[in-house]
Amino acid sequence: MTGVGLKTVEEIKAAIEGAVPGASVKVMPNASPSGQHSLLLDTEHAIQVAEFLRDDKDLALDFLSNVTGVDWLDKEIAEKVKVTRQVSKPVEGGEPGQVQMVEETVEETRKHVQPGFLEVVYHLFSMAKKHGPVVLRMRTENRTDRVELPSLTPVWRSAEFQEREVFDLFGVVFQGHPDLRRILMWDAFKDHPMRRDYVDPDDFEYEPTAHDEVLKRAQQHNEKQGLAT
Amino acid sequence: MAVDENLKIELGKQGVFVTTIQELYNWGRRSSVWPMQFGLACCAIEMIATTMARYDLARFGAEVFRPSPRQADMMIISGTVTKKMAPQVVRLYNQMAEPRYVIAMGACAISGGPFKQGYNVLKGIDRYIPVDVHIPGCPPRPEALLQAFITLQKKIDAQPLTGEGRPRHLDANAPGEFPVPEQGEHDLEPAANKNVWTVPTIIQ
Repeated sequence: MTGVGLKTVEEIKAAIEGAVPGASVKVMPNASPSGQHSLLLDTEHAIQVAEFLRDDKDLALDFLSNVTGVDWLDKEIAEKVKVTRQVSKPVEGGEPGQVQMVEETVEETRKHVQPGFLEVVYHLFSMAKKHGPVVLRMRTENRTDRVELPSLTPVWRSAEFQEREVFDLFGVVFQGHPDLRRILMWDAFKDHPMRRDYVDPDDFEYEPTAHDEVLKRAQQHNEKQGLAT
Repeated sequence: MAVDENLKIELGKQGVFVTTIQELYNWGRRSSVWPMQFGLACCAIEMIATTMARYDLARFGAEVFRPSPRQADMMIISGTVTKKMAPQVVRLYNQMAEPRYVIAMGACAISGGPFKQGYNVLKGIDRYIPVDVHIPGCPPRPEALLQAFITLQKKIDAQPLTGEGRPRHLDANAPGEFPVPEQGEHDLEPAANKNVWTVPTIIQ
């Protein structure tokens, strides 16, 4: 964490956990040269934590500069696990057909799906202390039906439009937001265009200089229409 | 044209002025094409520059930008037409009185431009309303807009008052209103007005 006079993320984490009982804060390290490590908040205590960060004398994070979203898809993870199991084997030197059970250790590849989630990132600065940024994150439970997160608009007013944008483009529902409507797309619009599985409208009927991805989409469009490419 | 061009010049030298109703009528129309005061994006800045003293669109009789579509003769689509804005553009065009003309200014207005593959930008306003002059450029320079305006004036000048190719206000059967697209759940509906725009044939 850079910034004059600003505590490290570990110190901020300790300060939060000291001030807000029950709050669990996880430090998300950032390995890049910028070293902007972030703090993952639990959704239950997020509002209290935000109020603490804003009102604390040393931190005084009075300015919310940016709110954005990240879409994390379901991830398939393959693990190699050692498993012991019973295998029937013919008995050596025994009568034909005679078997015995033998324990054998084998390596098995197990796959499991790590469910995806939506993440919201907040960048905080202090105008009074001239330090920052402190990066906060919050995660939804999944990408489909449990997409609620507490709104931080009651704490920082500047979150209002940016949370509306995250709602519009990612589909995160901010509870406690004073006016949660779409801000860029029209109200009847159903999709969330910044989600990674968003499929944009198939309007590739006229592509005079198509190449790469556009060429592929134009060909698919023409095939669907029964036209020669 | 009823009057021979050379004869007209000869007569002019003798102090005799000969004209036709059509010529007089079109001269009047093309010399006071009032644009609508309406800008969509960065091309609008170039449009504003065109009207100012350095480029001076007033030389061509188009200096009076009207804040109401009822008083305007020409719409300059100056900039990116988003799918959220497109119904309003078509609605404004519908509210203009005939004869009315459209200049699509810049890459976005004619094709979607750099945002063509985006989910929220219309791939050219000519999908919903008839466009008279297209200007490429990102943004086009004021000279290009002047060129487009002169092209439009030539087009108006060449319009006969009767028969094929006459302006829409003299043709009772010409469509006066263009359907405003609906903002649907995924895209504008319909994606194009089939009476105005058909998929162009690509010749390679």
